[in-house]
Amino acid sequence: MQVTVTVNGTEQVRDVEPRMLLVHFLRDELGLTGTHWGCDTTNCGTCVVWVDDEPVKSCTTLAAMCSGHTVRTVEDLEQDGELDPVQQGFIECHGLQCGFCTPGMLMTARALLDRNTDPTEAEIREAISGQICRCTGYATIVRSIQWAAGQSAVSAMATTNGGQA
Amino acid sequence: MTATDVPPTETEERPIGFGRLLRKEDPRFVRGMGLYVDDVQLPGMLHMAILRSPMAHARIVSIDTSAAEAHPKVLAVVTGETLEGLGLAWMPTLSNDVQAVLATDKVRFQGQEVAFVVAEDRYSARDAIELIDVEYEWLTPVVDVRTALAEGAPVIRTDLEGKTDNHVFDWETGDADATDAVFADADVVVSEEIVYPRVHPAPMETCGAVADMERVSGKLTLWTTSQAPHAHRTLYALVAGLPEHKIRVISPDIGGGFGGKVPIYPGYVCAIVGSIVTGKPVKWMEDRSENLISTGFARDYIMKTDIAASSDGTIRAVRVNVLADHGAFNGVASPTKYPAGFFGVFTGSYDIEAAHCSMTAVHTNKAPGGVAYACSFRITEAVYCIERIVDALSYELEMDPAELRLKNFIKPEQFPYTSKTGWVYDSGEYERAMRHAMELAGYDELRAEQAEKRERGELMGIGISFFTEAVGAGPRKDMDILGLGMADGCELRVHPTGKAVVRISVQSQGQGHETTFAQIVAEELGIPPEDIDVVHGDTDNTPFGLGTYGSRSTPVSGAAAALVSRKIRDKARIIASGMLEVSVADLEWTKGSFAVKGDPSQSVTIQDVAMRAHGAGDLPEGLEGGLDASVCYNPENLTYPFGAYICVVDVDPRTAEVKVRRFVAVDDCGTRINPMIIEGQVHGGLTDGVGMALMEMISFDEDGNCLSSSLMDYLIPTAMEVPDWETGHTVTPSPHHPIGAKGVGESATVGSPPAVVNAVVDALKPFGVRHADMPLTPSRVWDAMNGNAKPPI
Repeated sequence: MQVTVTVNGTEQVRDVEPRMLLVHFLRDELGLTGTHWGCDTTNCGTCVVWVDDEPVKSCTTLAAMCSGHTVRTVEDLEQDGELDPVQQGFIECHGLQCGFCTPGMLMTARALLDRNTDPTEAEIREAISGQICRCTGYATIVRSIQWAAGQSAVSAMATTNGGQA
Repeated sequence: MTATDVPPTETEERPIGFGRLLRKEDPRFVRGMGLYVDDVQLPGMLHMAILRSPMAHARIVSIDTSAAEAHPKVLAVVTGETLEGLGLAWMPTLSNDVQAVLATDKVRFQGQEVAFVVAEDRYSARDAIELIDVEYEWLTPVVDVRTALAEGAPVIRTDLEGKTDNHVFDWETGDADATDAVFADADVVVSEEIVYPRVHPAPMETCGAVADMERVSGKLTLWTTSQAPHAHRTLYALVAGLPEHKIRVISPDIGGGFGGKVPIYPGYVCAIVGSIVTGKPVKWMEDRSENLISTGFARDYIMKTDIAASSDGTIRAVRVNVLADHGAFNGVASPTKYPAGFFGVFTGSYDIEAAHCSMTAVHTNKAPGGVAYACSFRITEAVYCIERIVDALSYELEMDPAELRLKNFIKPEQFPYTSKTGWVYDSGEYERAMRHAMELAGYDELRAEQAEKRERGELMGIGISFFTEAVGAGPRKDMDILGLGMADGCELRVHPTGKAVVRISVQSQGQGHETTFAQIVAEELGIPPEDIDVVHGDTDNTPFGLGTYGSRSTPVSGAAAALVSRKIRDKARIIASGMLEVSVADLEWTKGSFAVKGDPSQSVTIQDVAMRAHGAGDLPEGLEGGLDASVCYNPENLTYPFGAYICVVDVDPRTAEVKVRRFVAVDDCGTRINPMIIEGQVHGGLTDGVGMALMEMISFDEDGNCLSSSLMDYLIPTAMEVPDWETGHTVTPSPHHPIGAKGVGESATVGSPPAVVNAVVDALKPFGVRHADMPLTPSRVWDAMNGNAKPPI
């Protein structure tokens, strides 16, 4: 069947099997291998991407379900050569080790901060609770997201003050 | 939070050498630009899927592959019979046993590989394995390890000539008579059966490979999830008869290993065969169920443990009898002379009079494995055993568990300390680490709070664990895997402009080698870490070595990196002496430059020397040009990191749910290369410990069906189940390691499970509970509270 999906701002038209999972559509059809696959059962969250601005697990979403919708992946976080604050936060606070869960964590973190600019530790932990990291023990991921929230606050202040902050 | 946990300010100076340094590998990972095995796409690449046994024990009557072969997108269907024709149906394991690549005679565990299909795409390959018709004749499985050696038990390994039972090996260490004598004479003896259930490392990336056998050159390139690419290459050469120089093993970015990616799995061999048969590159990635049911499990020890003490709390002797479940094939990845890994360090951190361990290992109809999940070759089991029984002793003596440990520690002046089982501990200051942890935790205040809460019927527990590890395998005289000595190579080239490339034999699965190894060279040569490229995970481009597991990268390969840098520095010193026209003895080295003693204005940098080494003009007589060197480091001894952990839990008396409220971890891994990375490793291991203590277990029903075959059944902690970790450290350098570093990758996984379990058992003290086995799920805690604690297997 033919699907038309807007991925990272570009419309993609492909003929795919109706059963094709979104994660395989992104990885195998479009070559966007930043989104990972880890479990089959929607438990691990390495495959989290956005569908219409909502984080979803692409291992249990069909590509066909996304036809006519927009998808955003980790490859779109960096804009004009500038890392998103969540990406920079993960670097600054050692929020990753093997890097496998990282893209999913980043997409969830960005979605959280878009809705809640100053989340508490408990809110951050809840936001990432559908995702598993085997390396970090989560504390540094929490700090990374807090770091990003702090940076966003700084840049918001800079905007308000006409860049004089 | 200790000082090193605090992110630096932007103006903070980045270290040239040791210190907190952001990771060089992170910019690619946060962009989704890592290259994991499943990201490898080659032109014309095909996909492979494996058909696995639905039964734990069954004879294969027939396999009909005709329908699968007729599938329009299938290029090959291969069974054990096909492999037998190629002499590839069986392969050696890392313990000198053999394991079926594809089953020929019978299947021996649920999930065992029976056939594989190569097709044009992943979905078709999966479809086609469903079309293979296998007729099995059911055989009674051996599931209960306790009955594996019973008379009349079905014999699993009928493939081994003359095998009439399920026995794998007997092993012992220590002095049985001396130990028995101390027990006969002791004031207090405490005994517990301590079970470490089967668990699984379950890295987020499952195992897989892309095999590309190039027909014309005969060169095989294998991208694979391997923690030990060089060892794998040699084994493929031995198994498949391929010439070793025609095999290139690449371990690209690896999504976590934790020991689960040390063995060679049948799937890798099948992918190679698939590529040979089809003449095309073949990709295989297992799914999560395949990963959980067929790849290397960990632990599965039943440890009958006795401890003897004086009534004043002096620990005198420890005696352990272990029943070890090795699964259907003995696939343990241990040094040859150590069938039980390093379990021999079960005497822990205590100075005792005598110790003895006897062990029997058996086969069951379960997946093979046994050494994985950050276990430091079975030290997880050893530490859990001793730390649990010491707590049981403290219960019996009504003595504070911290005080009991402090009383019995090996003293700093006793190092190097030879344990009663023959291990030579290199250095330690145990009391200092313990007191630091108690201080960070506010131990006395916690005990006061607990007493108050107990009055009110609230269940609060404080658990202590003090561990000593033996890592960095190992000295060639004692240690090899399948005849390969456990030394590691390192090559360093300094380019004319003073930039460098260091090639290492170990391989990162998230440990941050690209950063820490650059820091080691930077510390030794004064070249900034950003000017040093670290190459790893590619056998064509790195020197031979046995790989990353058992926390051996820093103790072995890290030493090699320091020594190769010193070799370069020695040569640089001679060149510098020529440049400054003074004798070598008149030069003084400060990080990055040589200066004339007494005249610091007369100096050259390492970069100046590099240009001179490669440039025109004369070099001191007898010296070759260039600034390259290589070493192969053979460790003199293991290193012995240690740590003191304190866990605080609250148990809900109505639901028996355990909440880990606080966790304080003080680690001593000797010299600290990058504190940020060390603490990250500790955090991860602590999470493993909470997982194993409270929720993780691979379990089976009586027919041998694996009940933990997905992440819905095999529970791993999320951010909701773990606290914000509180870390601290002490530094006791290793006296024999070139930079004094000891290794830390597995410390927390080894040290934390007993702290959590001891905390839960401590919380249940009002119910008279002295021991309860992992995993301490609400139902198992409830049973313990009601006097019904029972072993999980």
